[in-house]
This record gives sequence, C-alpha cells and structure tokens, in this order.
Amino acid sequence: MRNIFLVIRREYMVRVKKRSFLIMTLLAPLLFVGFYATVIWVAVGSVDTKTVQVLDESRLFTGKFKDSESMKFIYLESSIDSAKAGFRRSEANALVFIPKDIIKKPKSLRIYSAKNVSMDMKSEIEKVIEKEIEDIKLSEAGITHKILEDSRVNVSSETISLSEEGEKTSSSGAATVIGGICAFLIYMSVFIYGTQVMRGITEEKTSRIVEVIISSVKPFHLMLGKIIGVALVGLTQFVLWILLTASLTSAASAVMSSKMPKDPAQMAQEMQKVQNGMPNQGMPGGNVENPVAEVLGAVNSLNIPLIIGCFLFYYLGGYLLYSALFGAVGAAVDNDADTQQFMLPITLPIIFSFVFAQFVLRDPDGTLAFWTSIIPFTSPIIMMVRIPFGVPAWEIALSMVLLVLGFMGTTWLAARIYRVGILMYGKKVSYKELAKWIFYK
Amino acid sequence: MRTGSFGILSDFNQEYYHQMNIIEVRNVTKEYSNHIALDDVSIDIPKGCIFGLLGPNGAGKTSLIRIINQITGPDKGQILFDGQPLNGSHISRIGYLPEERGLYKKMKVGEQLLYLAQLKGLSQKEAMDKLKSWFIKFDIKTWWDKSVSDLSKGMQQKVQFVSTVLHEPDLIILDEPFSGFDPINANLIRDEILELKQKGCTIIFSTHRMETVEELCDNIALIHKARKVLDGPKLLIKNQFKTNTYFVEYKGVLDSLETIYEISHEKQLEDGYRRTNIHLNANVTPNDLIKSLLEKVEIRAFGENIPSMSDIFMRSVNEVPEG
Repeated sequence: MRNIFLVIRREYMVRVKKRSFLIMTLLAPLLFVGFYATVIWVAVGSVDTKTVQVLDESRLFTGKFKDSESMKFIYLESSIDSAKAGFRRSEANALVFIPKDIIKKPKSLRIYSAKNVSMDMKSEIEKVIEKEIEDIKLSEAGITHKILEDSRVNVSSETISLSEEGEKTSSSGAATVIGGICAFLIYMSVFIYGTQVMRGITEEKTSRIVEVIISSVKPFHLMLGKIIGVALVGLTQFVLWILLTASLTSAASAVMSSKMPKDPAQMAQEMQKVQNGMPNQGMPGGNVENPVAEVLGAVNSLNIPLIIGCFLFYYLGGYLLYSALFGAVGAAVDNDADTQQFMLPITLPIIFSFVFAQFVLRDPDGTLAFWTSIIPFTSPIIMMVRIPFGVPAWEIALSMVLLVLGFMGTTWLAARIYRVGILMYGKKVSYKELAKWIFYK
Repeated sequence: MRTGSFGILSDFNQEYYHQMNIIEVRNVTKEYSNHIALDDVSIDIPKGCIFGLLGPNGAGKTSLIRIINQITGPDKGQILFDGQPLNGSHISRIGYLPEERGLYKKMKVGEQLLYLAQLKGLSQKEAMDKLKSWFIKFDIKTWWDKSVSDLSKGMQQKVQFVSTVLHEPDLIILDEPFSGFDPINANLIRDEILELKQKGCTIIFSTHRMETVEELCDNIALIHKARKVLDGPKLLIKNQFKTNTYFVEYKGVLDSLETIYEISHEKQLEDGYRRTNIHLNANVTPNDLIKSLLEKVEIRAFGENIPSMSDIFMRSVNEVPEG
C-alpha cells in the first residue's frame, strides 16, 4: 500500500509541476471568461444601428415598430417594386414588406436584405407582427382593448399556474445544455487523461526504468498508482478550473456592472438586453421568453447535487475503465508510434458514445438511450446526458454497478497484458499475442 | 526442510547449510510460450561472496535474475532467500541493476533517487541522509537538481549504481555492471563492489566479461541453453578443468616420452627459444617432468597451464550437446 501511495504521489507531482499543466489550468478559465466577456461587451457596446425600411400595405402596423438602439424603422409609402428599387440605393439594411392580406396569409411576410438577415432581426420583426395580428384577431372576435388588457393580466398570472408546464420546457433546455457539457467534459477527459496514462507507461518502458521499479513494486500496483495519480491530476484541474472560472466571472461581472447605468430599472433592462443578445423594447417584455435567462433560471429547477455527484462518479468510472485499456496499449507497444493499431478499438466506443449523445439529447428516454446508458463502455457519457432530464433510480443504480464491474474487468485485463508487455521489447505485438498474454500464468 | 530420517545432527547441518547461502535456487523451471528459459536449475549462492552468473546470450540468466527479483515467478521449483521461501519482505533486501539501464529522463536526480529509495522501504529522512553521503563520496553534489536527461550516459550509470546500493541491501544483483563506464569510473565502481563485499554483502554478477570474472568472482555458475552446466568456487572449477598440462620454454630438442609425457603445440619463439605444451600422463608429477627436462634442454620458463575462465566458458558451452 505504501508503494502505491508513493507511485501515486510521483505521478501526481510530476504532472502537476509541469509547465503545461500550469498553463492549461490558467489559460482555460481565462479563455472562457474572456470569451464570455467579449460576448457581453459586444452586446452591451453594440451601437451599430441597423436601419429597417417598412412597407406596410396592410396599414395595420403603423407606429408598431419602435426604434431601439440597434434598429431604426423607416415607414415607406410606395409600391413594392419602387421600394425594392429604392432599397438598393438606400443605406438601409433591410426592407420589410407586409402585404395587404397579412392577416389571412401570415406567411406572406417578406424581408429583403442585401446580406443575410440576422436571426435576431427576423425574430423581432416576426414577433411584433405576430403580436399585432393576434391583437387584431382578438379584437375582431369582439374582445375589446379593455378585455385584452385584463386578459393579459390573466395570462401573466396564468404563467404561474402554467409554470409546471413552463418549467418543464425550460428545464429541458437547461438539461440539454448541462447534459451536453457533462458529456463533452467526460469525453475530453477520458481521451486526454487516458492518453496520459498510456504515454506514461510507454515512457517507463522505453526508458527501461520499469525493470528497476517492478523489482520494488508489483506491476499491478505500479499501473494502478499511475492511473490513480493521473485521475487526481484531472480532478485537480477540474476543481481549479471551476474555482478560477467562478472567481474570474464574478470579478468580470463586477467590472461590467460598474460600467452599466446606475439606474436599477435601466440596468435591469440593459441586463435583459445583454441576455437576449437583442433589444426588446416595444415588446410586452414579461411574456417574452429569454433563452439564456430561461436556462439560468431552470438550472435551479434541476437536481444539482445529483448531477454533480453523478458527474464525478461517471468521470472517474469512465476514466478508470478506459485508462486501464489505454495503459494496456502503452504496455504492449515499444513507442508512441506503434500505439495506433491498438487505439482504434478503444477510441471507437468513446467516439460512438459521443455521437449517440446527440440522439439521446433529442430522445433521452428512448431505447437507444436506455441501452447505451447501461452498457459500461458508453454509459459514462450517455448517462450524463440523460441525468439532467431525470432517470429512474434503478437505471442509475444498474448502470453504476455495471460500470464498476466494467472497470474492474478492464483493469484485470489490462493488468494481465501490462505485466507481460512491460518487459517485452523489440517485438511487434499482434492481437493474437495479446490474447495469449492474458492467459499466461 | 526438516525430514525426520536425518536426525538431530543432520537437521542442524541442514540449517547451518541454509544459513551459509543467501540464495538457494531449487529445481527452478521457467517456460515461455515458445521456449524454455530455465530447465530444472539449482544453484546455491553463498553469503558474502561475489558470484558470477555466466552464460551466452539468451541462456536464461536474465530470467533467473527476474525470478530472484520477484518480477516473475518460476513455473516449477522454489527459491530460498536466507533460508526462507522468497517473499515480498525480501524485496527491500535486494538491490538490482538491470542490464538495460533506465531512469526517468525528465525527473531531477535527487528526487528520483529519493523516490527509488522510498520504494525500497527507506523513509524520506533515511534516504536523504544516505543520499547525502553518496553524493559526497562520488563528488556529484552539483547533480542534485539536474534533470537526468542533462547527464551523460556514464553519469547516469553512476546515479543508477547509487540507486541500486542506497538501501544497503544484503544481496546486490548487477547485470553487466561495467558496460558504459570509462576505465576510471569502472575502477571506482569496482572498488565500491569490493567494499560492499567487505561489509558482508553478497553480489551477483551477470556478465560476459571473463576478465571481470577472473578478477572479482569467488564463485560462479554457468548457464547454457536453460540448464546449469557447472557451478562452484572458481578455484575448484579451475582445478576441475586443469588438463595436467605444463608449458616450457627451452633451447634444445624435445620429444614426447612414451608413458611419461607427450608434447604438443611446439612453437619457435623469435629469440631462438622454443615453447611447447607438455601433457603429463597419470602418476607423473611436475618434479619428475623437470628432472627429465633438465637432462635434455636448457629451461628458461616453466609453469602449469591453468585454464582461464574464458577457456572454461568456451569449453563448457561447446561441450553441451545440441537441444
């Protein structure tokens, strides 16, 4: 046991002291926060006002489009053909054509533009028109402005009673994001740290120190020590990333908010703009769902402790399962270049699970989702995709038990290959050979 | 080991016998998938000697060393260490310098030696104290914070030698210890080895260099094609291999004397003298030979042909039938 601990400590210290570890640990949060800050800065500081011409044949929308910081509306009074001709000569960014029968044919709305119209602009214009048509249709149905106002109050108070439903949809957005991030992190770390284990073993083998070491340490202990040491390096990096990102984000947002208008109402408005990535003046603000705020708010509706707990479990489980196999490859070959032939069968299930994850995100309770989240080779990634959506406890338990059995199995297998492989030099090893090693006494 | 039929005295003798040997290899067989590395090998290695483990490449020396180091286990047979079946507690009593030297290239010399010493069971403090005295002894204090990859090959060898003996093992196994050393450092290491022997260490040499064996070894074992061909004290083996042949340098004419001696390999030397080998028949002593020679020729030099380790090696290896 003492020796395993010594091996773990060496593997850990050697990697943590490397300059590349320090750089990665510092750089990743900086990049992340920098990216985030740039997005906010661009959104807040964007003074690039787009001019939008509106040709409203239906005459229903006069004065309905309100100018904002990013969009300025000019109403035209001409035929569509001359408007199109005039648009080319003008400085305007887009031309909105609302035909006479827009109410009957809502799809006849046209937006012309020299370049592609941004999604933001398109959705804002559509929203204004949708809202107006809705109002008109309601009025036509005999609902007066007064009733409408009242009903709007009802609608917003009803959002609360509907919030079960609302939460359901919004957390599925959040679940998708969280599940995706977790799956990606596990996918990356299995690759990065699994390869580190493999390299470490090949290094010991090619530098021939392994013979000295295993005259003091059991080969299995050496392998296990290396795997655990590297796992701790990964955990350290995750924890540092989380801490650094959190503190940098709060520092960055403190700087950002000091630059923002002091008036709280205005600030709230600005914030919303930032989160929306677009202005929403002139809209019935409260009813507009804001995707980012939705996710952030919905995150609270998720079972965070369960997700973090499962993440750590599946990160470790997945890593242990695969790093043992990576380790076996490292022991079987003489140098890094020869690892390729054995890498494929190991990397395929990882890549497949990452591909399956896209389908599972769409259908987190389907058959594919169920089986891939139970089978140990794919479960670390797939189960993490499913967990934010809610998974029955027995499925999680089954998947966890199988994962533990799975990595015990791969570790056993790897240890058999390892103990023969590390002392085998100058021989191109085939799969047949590996199979033989497994059954050596 | 106690078997009733030997009686008390024999039991005592047996125990005494085990105490004499640091390693007893008992009928060890080791088989790999396509060849036999060791075939029913038994060797005793007495305490406090320098033991030469000899044999051509691929004879099975490394396999035996790995079994003694518990890197692999024997398929059949048993190893006794200091009278006990080999087990994990013996690891810290053995120091091993493999033929293929290796250190962590990017680790610092000091850290690396500390790590290796701790793996052998020393505490950090013990390891530190011992390392300091070795660094002073070898005058390598400035190396402590250097990366191994910044050292020359010879320097790395020195570091590795320190790592082998640092934990003061009772048994030191050196596989080709002098390869890669220049003559000055080779002498330094040789002196260290002799000093360790003085302190009571047992040293196993695995080597092809017969001059080293000639110079340092007390006992030897020769392994060829997975089998032990011969073993025992070096002097006894040499005696076994004596052919009762003498050489003489002389002026005059010399012929074989039927029933007393026969001459062979007669050679004209540049200065007019001749040199020849004389094989004595049974019951003829060297004194008889000299008496007989004195009457016939003028003798300049006379001596017994003592087989060199190299001769013994070649003869043993070539005598073993194929297969």
